[in-house]
Order: sequence, then C-alpha cells, then structure tokens
Amino acid sequence: MAETNRKQLLSGNEAIARGAYESGVLFASAYPGTPSTEILENLISYDGIYCEWSPNEKVALEVGVGACYAGARTLVAMKHVGVNVAADPLFTLSYTGIRGGLVLITADDPELHSSQNEQDNRNYAKFAKVPMLEPSDSQEAKDYVALALDISERFDTPVFLRSTTRISHSQSAVSLAEPDRTTHADKVSLVKDPERLVMLPANARKRHVVVEERMERLREFADDFSENVIEMINTDVGIITAGIAYQYAKEIFPNASYLKLGMVYPLPEKLIREFAGKVKKLLVVEELDPFIEEQVRGMGIEVSGKDSIPILGELNPDIVASSLDGYVFTEQVPIEKPELPPRPPNMCPGCPHRGVFYALSKKKAFVTGDIGCYTLAFLPPLKAIDTCLCMGASIGHAVGIDKVMGEEGRGKVAAVIGDSTFFHSGITPLMDAAYNKSAATICILDNRTTAMTGAQENPGTGKTLMGRDTGRVDIPALAKSLGINRVCTVDPYDMKGTMDVVTEELDADEISVIISEAPCVLLRGAKREEWDVLTVDHSKCTGCKACIMLGCPAIGWDSEGENSKGRKGRAVIDEMLCIGCTMCRQLCKFDAIVKAP
Amino acid sequence: MTEIITNILMAGVGGQGIIMASNILSEALLAAGYDVKKSEVHGMAQRGGSVVSHVRFGEKVYSPLIRKGDVDILYCLELLESLRYTDYLKKDSVIILNKYRLNPPSVSLGVQTYPEEIPELVRENFPKTVILDGVEMARGVGNPKTVSTVILGHLSRYIDIPVTVWSDVMKERLPKKIFDVNLKAFDAGRSVERVA
Repeated sequence: MAETNRKQLLSGNEAIARGAYESGVLFASAYPGTPSTEILENLISYDGIYCEWSPNEKVALEVGVGACYAGARTLVAMKHVGVNVAADPLFTLSYTGIRGGLVLITADDPELHSSQNEQDNRNYAKFAKVPMLEPSDSQEAKDYVALALDISERFDTPVFLRSTTRISHSQSAVSLAEPDRTTHADKVSLVKDPERLVMLPANARKRHVVVEERMERLREFADDFSENVIEMINTDVGIITAGIAYQYAKEIFPNASYLKLGMVYPLPEKLIREFAGKVKKLLVVEELDPFIEEQVRGMGIEVSGKDSIPILGELNPDIVASSLDGYVFTEQVPIEKPELPPRPPNMCPGCPHRGVFYALSKKKAFVTGDIGCYTLAFLPPLKAIDTCLCMGASIGHAVGIDKVMGEEGRGKVAAVIGDSTFFHSGITPLMDAAYNKSAATICILDNRTTAMTGAQENPGTGKTLMGRDTGRVDIPALAKSLGINRVCTVDPYDMKGTMDVVTEELDADEISVIISEAPCVLLRGAKREEWDVLTVDHSKCTGCKACIMLGCPAIGWDSEGENSKGRKGRAVIDEMLCIGCTMCRQLCKFDAIVKAP
Repeated sequence: MTEIITNILMAGVGGQGIIMASNILSEALLAAGYDVKKSEVHGMAQRGGSVVSHVRFGEKVYSPLIRKGDVDILYCLELLESLRYTDYLKKDSVIILNKYRLNPPSVSLGVQTYPEEIPELVRENFPKTVILDGVEMARGVGNPKTVSTVILGHLSRYIDIPVTVWSDVMKERLPKKIFDVNLKAFDAGRSVERVA
C-alpha cells in the first residue's frame, strides 16, 4: 500500500485515530471536548468502525464498555474533565475487566487553553487502578493505541492513553503500518459471565482481589515494557520524564541521561532504581502535578522536580531551562513596546446568543452560565455571565440561588445553557428545578450544534456523527414532560420580542424555560435571506453607543469621527465582518444603521 | 541538510488563514525531506482571538515549541500581533509583516487605542523586516482572501525547497476551485525580493 510507505504529518489526534484503525478497533464513542474532538472526527474516515457522539462522557464510556463486553476492540475519547463525568463507570470497570480491548483516551489541557481547570488525569490512573500510557509525539500516539489494546487484553483491564493539548494539536511525522482489521473482529459474541460482570457486593469483593493482583503483575510488566527506556549519555544528571515534557527536556539538555516512560502508571520500580543508581543527580521533568516525583520519592530515592519546575500551566523549553541552574538564554532584543490591547476570543458577528444576552444584561439578571461559546458573554460590554463551573451546572446553580434568595431573587435569577450542554447534563437539573418547584428562569440557547468545539452533531441536530439522519430531541416537549408549565420559544434576532419574553419569565413565580431558537451563524444556511451587510449613516449617528453595547466584533467606535451632533465619536461597522443580522439596527433609535451600498 | 533547526513563528488573528498556511508550510518541509514539528492551539482560541503556530524543521526536532529569542522567521498577518511575540525574536530574525490592521474588541469599544507606527517600530528594531500589503497583492491576483498565501509565497524565498514541492503540496491540500488563484497569490509573494 502506497500510503504506508511515505511518512505523514499527523496531529496527535489524527495519529490516535490512525492507530485505532490499524489495531482493529471496531467501536468508538466520545463527547466532543477540546483537545480531544478531532480523534473521532478523523476516525469516521476509516471504513469498518462504528463511531458515535454520545450525549456525555459517562454515556460514551458506558456504550464503549458494552461494545467491549461483546468482544469488540473499543476506543473511548474525552477531554480531561470528561473523565470526571465518566468516573462512575470507570472505577467499577476496573473491577469487571474487559472482553475486547478498551482504550480510554484522556486529553488533558495544561494551561487551560480551552478548559475550566487543568487537572492532571494521571491521578485517575492511580485512583481507578487502571494502567496509563503517555505518548510524546504523534508517532507514539499512533503506536501506543495498539500497545494499550494489547495490554488491555493481556491484563484484562481498561487502559488509559493520556494526551495533552501539545500532543493532540501538534503535528509530527508518522510512519504508518498496515491495518489489521480481521484478527480482532472474530471475537464479537455474547458471552454470559455474571460473576465478573454483575458487580453485586459479593462479586465485587472478589474482583477487588483480582484488581490488586493485576496491579502487581502490571508493575512487573512495566519494568520490561518496551516503551520505558533508559538512554544513558553521561552520569551527572539523570532525568525521568514522559509525554511532551520529554521533548522539552531533550531540547534543553541533550547531554543528560534519560529514563523515558511510555507508561506513567504503574511505574517501573526496578528500572527506576537501576537508573537512579547510575546517575549522580536525579530529576523528574513533568507537567502539572508531581505525579512521578512523589512515587519515586516514596521508593526512598532522592529526587528533585517540583522544587524548581512549576506545578502550574504548560511547560515549554524556556520554562524547563529557567527552572534549572546555569542555563544561559538566547539574547532577546530590548524593545520599548506600546501597551498592547489584548485580543481575546469573542462571540462571532451575528451570533444568535447575543440577542438573549443583551436582554439579560439589560435586566441586570444574575446569570448562571455554562460551558460553550456563550461563556464568552462574560466579556464586556455584555458582562452577562456570572458563573461557570462545569457542564450542566447553570441550571442547578439557578435552582439553589433561587431557593435561598426566595422572593428577593424573583425577577433576577436566570440560567443559560447551550443545546449540546443541555443534552450532556442539563436535563436532570431541569427535572430538579421542576420537581422542587424552583422559580428560576432557564434559557436554553438552541443553536442546533456543538459550536465551541467546531460544530459537532448532537441529539438535537437530526444527524449522527456518521452522517445518518435521526430523530431530534423536541426540547419544548421535553421540558413540558418534566412538569414545567411555562415553556416558550424566542427568535433571538427579534430584540423586542426576546426582551418582552425575558422580562415576563424572569418575573414569573414559577419555573420557566425560554428556548432561543436560531442556528449558529457559522452553520450553512444560517444566514437569513433578508439579511444585508449594514453600515452606519454618519449623518444620523448621534454617538449614543446603543449598538456598541452588543459587543459585536463588526461594530467599532471611531472616537475621532464627527457624529450627527457635530461632536466627536461615532459608530462604525466593518463591512468585511458584518453579516447583516440586524440586531444593532433594531437598537438604533435614530435609523442610522442602514444597508451598505 | 544541516543539523541546525530553523524556527518559524506564524501569527495572526483567528480566521485569517494561519492554520492553513502553516499546514502547507509543514507539508512542504516534510516532502522536502526535513523532520518537522508544528504546534498550535485550537478551540477557544479560534473565535477571533490571537492565533499563533510554531513550525520547526531540521534533521531531528524534539520540542514542537520555539524558545524565546530563537525565531528565525516571523510570518505575521496582522500588525499588532507582531508585537505580541517580540520576546521570541532575535536581532537578525527575518520578519515578514502583512500591513493590515484588525481592531481588537477593546479598541472597537473605544476603551484602548491601537498602537500607531508599528511598521516603523518593527523595522527599527529588526533590520531584516519586509512589510507587504498582502491584501492589495491578493486583490491583484483576484481574491483578497488569499493574503495568507501571498505572505507564504514570500516566506518561501527564505527556505530551500524546490518551487514544485510548494505547488504540489498546495494542489494536494487546497480545494480544486481555489488552487489556481492561490498559486498566483503564492507567486506574487515569492516574486518580492528577499530582505537578506
């Protein structure tokens, strides 16, 4: 096959997908989350693998476990915080073991490029007693999928493969291998094995014994594992490292000796002792927690690491260099810079969310927020997000706040949650809101996609990941079935209509659900026929800034330009960015926003 | 091929085409026989925010990230963005700067001002600076959206790769209907004389 001859430039996520294909994976499930999303998006391009977006990570793991119990090699992928959601099945899956190999990808996000925390999921390996591999480039990302599945089947355990943003989203050269799509396909069958798969206390007690025995065998295996490698160069400094940190350390200290760990849990104690015995100074270079360092110290070996290498954020070659003595930096050019305005991400021009946030901002509501593009409504000038904790939390927060505030909170407490986040984990708290008679206002921003991660299908879009037509969740009917009486829909581009509904529902003394219905503007067909690119008629613009308060990236402030009152300061519209959604035109009391020529 | 690693930093604003340009660059480098690593951040960073991509190549590359003071070439599609990465530059870095201004939100809102005279400031501090009006050049070949390819064309002047490799990679990576115009855009940038 020609494609296997030439090296290809693959991201870590593309490489993981390729690895799954080559090693006979038949089933893959995930919930989209940066930096893991592209794994399944790439996997669907290979034949013979069932792939699905599950509503959340717990479901993704549960369906994956079903497939592996039926004998299929299985891949389940999620971002680091997704493992928190999937933790319940995970911890007991460690007890039952598997039938087909199961690899669970955890894509961690040190530096919080696109996350709410930077938890180090290596801790889950120890906590759940599940072995974990960690690649340091795309080649390893591909190869470790096959190794993880082999370990999974050999030791009857799920296996973690941990990526980080810099692995998932960096590209490097990968040699492909011939796929084996047949060897593991024959094992799919129904086999009853209740003593192993039914985790009643009597069975689970016995399985815990098996788990501890398995960990013991895995510890021995780690000492001989092909990817735990000593690279002896000199005996002055020995560095134990894994993942992307290995690359940074090699860059900075090419002459040190290395123990590079391909398996970060359990650790190879014999190998570590051997390596420690060969070098004068032992150092662990690892991102985030002192996960390896503490275990090495626990072996009674003198080691340093987090005393000089930060526990916060991503590492990079400069941080690795500056953390250690005697390293000389490349000289930088001293330059006197003006103050640089930051350029944070923003909701897009024409984003439908803006209509609802404008209304909530005007009403000065306390808005409990959730995870998605709309969290960006936190930024000025809208400043219409007051909390953001985890997926689905907005509704629960609103219920709790409303309960303790009582009458005083009436008209002030609203939750906002996107459609995909609602399906992920907003339905149970909405049930709570109805059941326990909250009076909060729940705004479901239904833009018919999972926008933040790049427009993935979800149970509300009518399409599956593999492109099949399917049913769509009817959100108003769902809300009503939970016992909620006040359920209404708004067109968020209708500013007055949206404001009227928001005002009325905030004041209601029972739970209400407002569903904002308009597709993400980045989706095909989202732009309405009647929309034309707009501009500002400066003979009419009074400089009142009403349009500016929308925070639309297409609307700017020209502080030097003359307005209709003969004073300085007027609005301008960037016609390259404007898509003509008309929200600003509806807010202008002076008819100064008009169709561009 | 030498053992020396070349570091290229590519900066701009989400939506300007940084990721596509860095993909083409990296593929061309791989096709020319180099070891290549490239790193950028997706997700939250793409909603109109600052975007930066690190590309490193040579015989064997370890870190996908470039060290401060170690950039050989800065490819930058927006004026203000060039100033964000000056820590990464050295005196003789080649700077290819697209003369284009895109206001960040705080400037649009009138809260902060957009720094003036950025081209002068960059040129004063880094003698090997080329400033191109990429939008005008792109318009000249028939599509203002090919700015990132125009600037990439000029970048190609500083990298030892046969021109056919570039066009082959673009043919492979770009949709058919925009290949021709991008090739013209690439040539327009490539025809500008090297600064050093």
